[in-house]
Amino acid sequence: MAVATTAAPTASDEKELLISGSEAVAEGLALADIDVVTGYPIRPYDTVIQAIAKKIANGQLVAEYIVAEGEHSQFEIVKHASTVGARVFCGSSGVGWAYAMECLVVTPPLRVPMVCLVGNRALDDPGAFGVEHNDALFVRDLGWMLCWIDTSQEAIDTTLIAYRVAEDRRVFLPLAISADGAFLTHSQALTLVPPKEKVDKFLPRYDRGDLLLHPDNPITVAPQANEDWVIEIRRQNDEAMKRAVAVIEEAYADFRKVFGRGPENPWFEEYMTDDAEIILVGMGTISLPMKVGIRTLRAQGKKVGLVRLRWFRPFPTEKLVKVLSRAKAIGVVDRDYSFGSPFHSGVVANEIRAALYNAEKRPPLLSFICGLGGREVTLEDVYKATDLCYNAANSGKSEAKTLWLGVRE
Amino acid sequence: MADATTFTNQTQILEPFRGIKKVTIEEYFTSGHRTCQGCESALVMKLMVKASGPRTIVLGSTGCMYVANTTYYTTPWVVPWMHTQLGSSGSAALGTAAGLKALMKKGKMKSEPINVIAFCGDGGGADMGIGAISATLTHKEYNSLILLYDNESYANTDIQLSGMTPYGAHTTFSPPGKAHRIIHKRWKKNMAGMMAAGHPECRYVATVCASYAVEMMNKVRRALTIGGPTFIHSLDPCPKGWDYDPMLSHELGELAIETGIFPLYEVEDGQLRYYGKTKAIVEGRARKPVREYLLKQGRFAHFTEEDLSYFQSKVDEMWNKWEVPGVVPFRRVDAARTAATNT
Ligand SMILES: Cc1ncc(C[n+]2csc(CCOP(=O)(O)OP(=O)(O)O)c2C)c(N)n1
Ligand code: SF4
Ligand SMILES: [Mg+2]
Repeated sequence: MAVATTAAPTASDEKELLISGSEAVAEGLALADIDVVTGYPIRPYDTVIQAIAKKIANGQLVAEYIVAEGEHSQFEIVKHASTVGARVFCGSSGVGWAYAMECLVVTPPLRVPMVCLVGNRALDDPGAFGVEHNDALFVRDLGWMLCWIDTSQEAIDTTLIAYRVAEDRRVFLPLAISADGAFLTHSQALTLVPPKEKVDKFLPRYDRGDLLLHPDNPITVAPQANEDWVIEIRRQNDEAMKRAVAVIEEAYADFRKVFGRGPENPWFEEYMTDDAEIILVGMGTISLPMKVGIRTLRAQGKKVGLVRLRWFRPFPTEKLVKVLSRAKAIGVVDRDYSFGSPFHSGVVANEIRAALYNAEKRPPLLSFICGLGGREVTLEDVYKATDLCYNAANSGKSEAKTLWLGVRE
Repeated sequence: MADATTFTNQTQILEPFRGIKKVTIEEYFTSGHRTCQGCESALVMKLMVKASGPRTIVLGSTGCMYVANTTYYTTPWVVPWMHTQLGSSGSAALGTAAGLKALMKKGKMKSEPINVIAFCGDGGGADMGIGAISATLTHKEYNSLILLYDNESYANTDIQLSGMTPYGAHTTFSPPGKAHRIIHKRWKKNMAGMMAAGHPECRYVATVCASYAVEMMNKVRRALTIGGPTFIHSLDPCPKGWDYDPMLSHELGELAIETGIFPLYEVEDGQLRYYGKTKAIVEGRARKPVREYLLKQGRFAHFTEEDLSYFQSKVDEMWNKWEVPGVVPFRRVDAARTAATNT
């Protein structure tokens, strides 16, 4: 990631710090005054715990800080802390996130609004520290809200928004913020850090209400329900996820009101899409090579734009379709894989195909798999994807549905 | 913010019940469960919360005491109760205690000592969840009790052997057959001894059996009063898994102690105290032969004389050879042999 050379205009009451994505999340956590945080080492996510530990050691955050003996415990500890009313944080990366899988499964039906950071990392084997999105995507069907961030600024802002959304009683679902390993977790940029008073205006206290586990409210939580009730409980989760859409929009609108910045469209960032013939789609820090490439392509007269998807769950189906169906061809660049899926495409590509199914205008869509294991996505990759999209646009159909870019054949 | 509160890390002071007639009448685990007739673990649940009183939160890992106890809409729990994952009793105790502590310390919740008890079965606790329990027992600043109810099998899933199933027992995963009479050849883990020996800052570890109900409740009360993370191992006869007439649950509990198979003791601040019949055994009273206990149970019906004497010899070792009888299986180096090897 490039470090911004010219500072954004600073609102008078905001501090400006040169910090990494992980450090920015930690700034957000201190401002959110979290109560319980658990850690377990795995790169790249561990950097956020290192930053939190420093804050606790220096008295900038008062919280119970527990280093667990594994990710399974890490998530169970905060799950239980949340049920007695504590605001909690934890997270993981790659196989660590997989190790916690059982605990990730239970949080949505328990209506535990935990906020987590996934420092995206390739799954073992073979060992690799670099980014892939498959880890976070494990939970895409389970009632977790999922978003991808791109900058340190987005890291701190999204952390505050995440608690506001997850802890909204209309939602009460867990939320994972995904940050590309190394490219964002470890890369520093100038970041505005708002004052606590403003954060308090934006983020109310966590109130578990009648779901609070406490001797004054002696409820039984998560009894054995079986076929008598399970489907109704699933349906409640489904409704909560649907309600999250309006809650997310409200939260971003309020964020803009309180802090005077932040995107108008929470769901995705659009870059030069207004007149774009070709629209590329991606998530996370892949936006950097794409934007640079697009500027060069534009100079050559090629009308290319980018949609960087922020929210994957809930998926912004209608809004995305509205933008994408204007294009002559769409190129979805996945930093993940979904072996054996339709057309052997990436996860995001197939989600977008499904979203477009009922659209009146369905441009040809190409799926690109790129940058796995943290491999750099190059300008060449972007140019190649664009060329192939133009071929599809001109012929009106895409012969090759899925292409791997930047791979030794 | 921390300064503005009256938070202390105190526990509730629960004096021991001085005899069965002094035990409180109130029940916090009542009707609504559907455990088997003669289920000793259900009695353990009832005594456990009777001992702890109403200002208690209970967490329970998956197993009979979850599935058979908390059918949706028919909970027997009068105190707040929550399910935790099979291997998570340690984390459930720790997370609940940490959540309460954080909120009280920061003035976000009224400060008062609330008992936190997490229970687990032998499968959930001694097999799958042992790592999390071990970790919790090192977190001395969080008050919680982990109670392992040991019915000596994965009972809820149809009686499969666990690391706590006695040698040779017939379970659905260890059926006696023509080629192999004994499938399960592992000796049971020494769970309480291991927890006491392995966690120097855990202030209280005890073993209990509900056949001795007042003693059992008083150990729960002691654990909660003393604070920090504490651990209790309860041996629970299980008519379904052990295959005996439900009428015999109480008697089998007694026999487990009298044969010396299961010792009753507590380790408080490193000091070991034996209880009841176990104390008598340590002081020289003869143990009943293990066959009196084993042959009352269908799960050992396939045992031959050879199996019985093997079992007896292993129990004899516990009392005759262990450095701390019934608790710590170390042996002193034989002085004569050392001298011989050194020359
Ligand atoms: C991770 C996981 N694996 C397996 C199971 C299936 N399971 C449910 S209850 C149970 C038995 C637990 O045995 P134990 O802890 O001894 O309790 P008991 O049933 O004997 O009371 C098992 C294995 C589960 N719930 N979760
Ligand atoms: S199987 Fe055993 S532990 Fe389970 S309910 Fe029946 S008697 Fe109790
Ligand atoms: Mg069991």
